[in-house]
Amino acid sequence: MSKKIKVKKKFNPRRFVTNSVVHVFLTVLSVIWLFPVLWVILQSFRVENNGYGSYTTYFFPKELGFKNYIRLFTETDILNFPQMFMNTLIIAIFTCIISTLFVLSVAYTMSRLRFKLRKTYLNLAMIMGLFPGFMSMVATYQILKTLGLTEGELVRVAMILVYAGGSGMGFYMAKGFFDTIPKSLDEAALIDGATKFQVFTKVTMPLSKPIIVYTVLTSFMGPWLDFIFAKVLCRTQKEYYTVSIGLWNMLEKEYLYKYFTRFCAGAVLVSIPIATIFILMQKFYQDGMSGAVKG
Amino acid sequence: MKNIFKRKPSEFATEYTVTNALKKGDILTRLSFLLLGAGNIARKQIAKGLLFVFTEICYIYYMVSYGFYSLSEFVTLGHYERIETETDWGGYTYEYIGIPSVRVLLYGVATIVLTLLFVAFWREAVKSAYKVQRLNETGMYVNKFIDDIKDLFNVNLHKLLLALPLAGILTFTALPLIFMMLMAFTNYSDAVTPDGTSNYLNRFYWVGFDSFKDVLSINGNIGEQFWSVLAWTLIWAVFATLLNYIGGMILAIIINRKETKFKGLWRFNFVLSIAIPQFVSLLIMRTMLSDTGAINNLLMDWGLIDKALPFWTNATWARVTVIVVNLWVGIPYTMLQLSGVLQNIPAELYEAAKVDGANAITTFFKITLPYMLFVTTPYLITTFTGNINNFNVIYLLTGGGPGKLGYTAGQTDLLVTWLYKLTIDKNDYNIGAVIGIMTFVVLAIVSLVTYRSSGSYKDEEGFQ
Repeated sequence: MSKKIKVKKKFNPRRFVTNSVVHVFLTVLSVIWLFPVLWVILQSFRVENNGYGSYTTYFFPKELGFKNYIRLFTETDILNFPQMFMNTLIIAIFTCIISTLFVLSVAYTMSRLRFKLRKTYLNLAMIMGLFPGFMSMVATYQILKTLGLTEGELVRVAMILVYAGGSGMGFYMAKGFFDTIPKSLDEAALIDGATKFQVFTKVTMPLSKPIIVYTVLTSFMGPWLDFIFAKVLCRTQKEYYTVSIGLWNMLEKEYLYKYFTRFCAGAVLVSIPIATIFILMQKFYQDGMSGAVKG
Repeated sequence: MKNIFKRKPSEFATEYTVTNALKKGDILTRLSFLLLGAGNIARKQIAKGLLFVFTEICYIYYMVSYGFYSLSEFVTLGHYERIETETDWGGYTYEYIGIPSVRVLLYGVATIVLTLLFVAFWREAVKSAYKVQRLNETGMYVNKFIDDIKDLFNVNLHKLLLALPLAGILTFTALPLIFMMLMAFTNYSDAVTPDGTSNYLNRFYWVGFDSFKDVLSINGNIGEQFWSVLAWTLIWAVFATLLNYIGGMILAIIINRKETKFKGLWRFNFVLSIAIPQFVSLLIMRTMLSDTGAINNLLMDWGLIDKALPFWTNATWARVTVIVVNLWVGIPYTMLQLSGVLQNIPAELYEAAKVDGANAITTFFKITLPYMLFVTTPYLITTFTGNINNFNVIYLLTGGGPGKLGYTAGQTDLLVTWLYKLTIDKNDYNIGAVIGIMTFVVLAIVSLVTYRSSGSYKDEEGFQ
């Protein structure tokens, strides 16, 4: 885009109509898209009737308050939300560290280093990616059981292993990013006597902050969003539940009536950090897509 | 794909190969075929040689103590011993004792994988022995162990960086996949045996392609379910992908129009809805649209309807609803990603079109759409794949319901959700495994065909 030249235009009725239609259309769509979000936020603050009931026949609650949030953290006898929160946090931190190391290592290797089995690895990663993700869930469970990781405290280790273990497959985004860093930088460093490892840590990494941030955040988010593996691994061991299984349980028939507004409160609490992360990364998602296409 | 099988001169060709080691190796090198590291130790690469020997001893120890037994059990998937005990009142009771077949299968697969890894290791060790022989013969510098360590940070950096991630993938992705695929060839399920006495959960057998026949036959109970689930999966994936794509593109174009005001605000509104964790928004949608949920209540309260709309309880309603809800989830996401691509369309193209007097619609069909299709074909394939495997939307919204197609699959079940039900709820692991393999086959065919016939396939190398 070069300079913008402003040209004064005459009032054009056709253009005015088109623009009005477009803006009305966008407003209507926005309402549709924001309605559920707004509804949940309102429900999470609904405290009349003790916050009980899964619905009301009116949109705006009659009484607003923080009671649902307080009860979510204080009434822990049946569904212990604070503990679930801590569980998820611990698992997420470890998963994040391991996955980030794995993803960046594999992506860098695939992008920069040339070795014999590279093509084979790329092909195999693509083929394995076509299998339904949790097809292997039963098998993974058996492996973890054989290793003795499915009972007690070790369930947390099992979850970390499951989330982080296979993360070396998800290297495409980071590889795409590394591909865009000019190779001449590497060559210059190599001529100056740097080892390849130094090129990786001292040349490429400092230039890759966006993709590092992206990888850290996405792998941190994983355990907050997954509930299939967590559910299979925890089974009935409630003390190791993660937030997502907890929230899912609150909507089960036996809890729905009492817990619905607390579910909404929990949903809002989980969504705030995730949404913040996502909106911060929004630009990056966009750039990643167009960047990957450009090559 | 072809060049996997075709041998062509590689850029990584080296004289240090196993064949050369066998042909040209001296006695020490040949001894290394049996006793790994012998050549290295004799030629002063002590540490490396000891490492080879140590690994070999570990492997042999494992094979002797567990491995061979596992492999022999693997053939029959274990056996049971009938142990009879005399009871206090003089009679006999008996019980069957043995390792469950699923463990036998797992140990067998693990042993095979370990053996394959050892073969790869053995090849490296033999090559290394031959290499050190050649280095000695030509009087070149024989690298010490410390040099090898240093090499890991330099020429062999890929080995260092890939070791742990590969181990992770092998244990938590590849091994389970092989294990699960093998289950497709057994009768591992809790189906009751013909005599109605016991099930196959503890003890199962190799049955070849029987489960495949069950799934693929048109007449059988499972076969009927399979074909209708497959049909719905494809319909779902096509609609979900195309409608999302079209909707997302229209939204992106409208928001990115020059004359649209408050671009940031609109974008924020839509992004907010995807920024919420998907399982949260889907669970909310489910609650809102249920028979006694907010939407039905509001509509009844306003007197627009008398009876609750059967969003989840009528098959056709449910199918349309999941597609529509998926649009709610997917359109903002597509919009976001396509915006980037849209902004990359060279402005000259539009200017030229304007000069030629093309109107907005012609421009869209002649410039925007072809460009977008060209650039985003890989993206479309990924989305299509993602939709075929879209577990969350279906499982969280309808749980596969309503109703039953057969004894397990519901009207909105995709192959993946059905797979989940079969394995987790019903313990029909063999059928589940077959479904998984069939899903893979469908995906592989679709991706290959679309990818090969797409414009971006031929230029793929050009991007690198």
